[in-house]
Amino acid sequence: MNVVEANSLGKRYGSTWALRECSLAIPAGHVVGLVGPNGAGKSTLLNLAAGLAVPSAGIVTVLGGRPAGSSAALDGISFVAQDTPLYKSLSAADMLHLTRNLNRRFDQSCALARLAELGIPLNRKAGKLSGGQQAQLALTLALARRPRLLVLDEPVAMLDPVARHDFMATVLTAAADDGVSVLLSSHVLAELERVVDYLILLSRGRVQVAGEVDDLLASHRVLTGPAAEADRYADRPVVHVRRGEAQAHLLVRASAGDPVPPGWEVHPVGLEELALAYLREPDAAVLPGPARGRNTELTEVTR
Amino acid sequence: MTTLTTPARTAHSTNLRPVPWRRMSWVTWRQHRAVLGGVAVFLGGFAVYLWLSGLQMHHAYTTDCSAASSLTCGDFTGTYGTTAILVSIFLQAVPALIGAFVGAPVLAREMETGTFRYAWTQGIGRWRWTLGTLVPLAVTVAAAAGAFSVLFSWYDQPFVASGYVIPFSTRVFGLAGVAFAAWTLAAFAIGALAGMLIRRVVPAIAATLAVYTGLALTTGLFLREHYMTPLSTNKPDLPASAWAVSQWYAKDGKFAFPARGSQLVDTVVQLCQPGTRGPGIGSVSPAQCLTQHGYTQWTTYQPGSRFWPFQLIESGWLLALSALLIATTVWLVRRRAT
Repeated sequence: MNVVEANSLGKRYGSTWALRECSLAIPAGHVVGLVGPNGAGKSTLLNLAAGLAVPSAGIVTVLGGRPAGSSAALDGISFVAQDTPLYKSLSAADMLHLTRNLNRRFDQSCALARLAELGIPLNRKAGKLSGGQQAQLALTLALARRPRLLVLDEPVAMLDPVARHDFMATVLTAAADDGVSVLLSSHVLAELERVVDYLILLSRGRVQVAGEVDDLLASHRVLTGPAAEADRYADRPVVHVRRGEAQAHLLVRASAGDPVPPGWEVHPVGLEELALAYLREPDAAVLPGPARGRNTELTEVTR
Repeated sequence: MTTLTTPARTAHSTNLRPVPWRRMSWVTWRQHRAVLGGVAVFLGGFAVYLWLSGLQMHHAYTTDCSAASSLTCGDFTGTYGTTAILVSIFLQAVPALIGAFVGAPVLAREMETGTFRYAWTQGIGRWRWTLGTLVPLAVTVAAAAGAFSVLFSWYDQPFVASGYVIPFSTRVFGLAGVAFAAWTLAAFAIGALAGMLIRRVVPAIAATLAVYTGLALTTGLFLREHYMTPLSTNKPDLPASAWAVSQWYAKDGKFAFPARGSQLVDTVVQLCQPGTRGPGIGSVSPAQCLTQHGYTQWTTYQPGSRFWPFQLIESGWLLALSALLIATTVWLVRRRAT
């Protein structure tokens, strides 16, 4: 089952396309990182998947073909929007009751236990909680709905490092213990490295990279060698060239067994480095083949 | 698009799930209890005032205006009339205020603070959430207004009985009977739609006040008199509590001129007071003058017995308007493209 499936999806605000020709299929059971610079269309894509926005073009379905925004879709998706909107004048306990009344399923005891664990006082108004506590409260409410897909829009952008770590730990626990699929957007790349096992890179409203993190890392290498020789690899599947004084670092499409040119060293690549390289080269792309779904075979790479 | 796949059918059946009214009433109360409390305090305080001054007034009315000493009834209206006028003018604003401060923020605040992204992604679904929020609030404010107008009718009763004000008067018609509740409901619905369209609280409040005022004035000044075809009479005295809609003079069965204005004055001057303007001492009154010269005064009026039919007509179309506005609001929420 694909938790999110988009086909030629586009969203236009006025005359500007926030997202266009976006086709992707996110398989279930992953923690998916949606990465891209500001304005790349991350929030737009998540809003479309959550049914808050209506596509200008194409279609988006969730949880195996349910139209985004339909009751059946909302029933299985918990969406935590950017800046975790809560009713500031309501207490944490009221927010719990509110969410319970607005959903068919709600695990009250689990939510109460989590708030107690986090030390969030039930009678305190949501507006008086710290940023980290508000985010945790919103996440608690979202998870207590027992969703099959948890969508988080920039969940940690406003949080300090400790709160960030705690928040992500909760997300990962939910994914591991309850099998919740998670789709989260972030422009904090370092944060994602430890967390996600599936990466979607958006750039200028289009999907640039999509695939399982292990596959992406296994199919890319960093070559380090003399700067003068860097251009010799122009005909090879080079994604990005970073030149130093004497040395150049090339991110290339290659697997472990590929031959290394003499005088060059080969290193495995990290997720952050990989994402950065692609973000700097908006024309390069790694996308799943035409058959969408769990197909992770990587197709053409262009420079 | 395709209805052949199982998920689409599931979506269809869950879309038909009814609104969970009990749960939504709880949610609505919890979210809006501050403003509803404000309305209760405001109307409650005003009700206490009406009750206390009403008791005093009813007492004065029975003393001053009893059949034996009806001459002193003038004292009664002289003492309390001004207050009653002020009260009724102030009350005209109550539906507008409820529409502006209860109706307009319902959706505008969600939009302004971004909490719609929480509310509209819950499992209940956004249109069920909207309907489940608007309807309990609408029923609550309309019921509160209805109860309040019962009190006002009692308060105003001595003035109606003494003939100081007719029930059809623009000043009190919208405050008595069922019209007050209907106007409050309409104001709330206008506010809700304005909030959805404008998406900001303060401009939505201003728009609600403006639209409501326009609607109320149009209705009172132009619309209401046409609810039923008025009766007409050529007798000079109208039945008590009748509402004179228009008066004119006719000659030889044809319309001559309206019963006020320059045409009338000119005719009177020309016929009975050559060389002077205005009635001099000893000369005949304009009415007598015109009667002598073969003019007949005609009056169209709405008899007092039509008070309740008019109340029901006005409440009926206001109810229909409110339902339409709320349905439009829900429809807008459902199709809103962010």
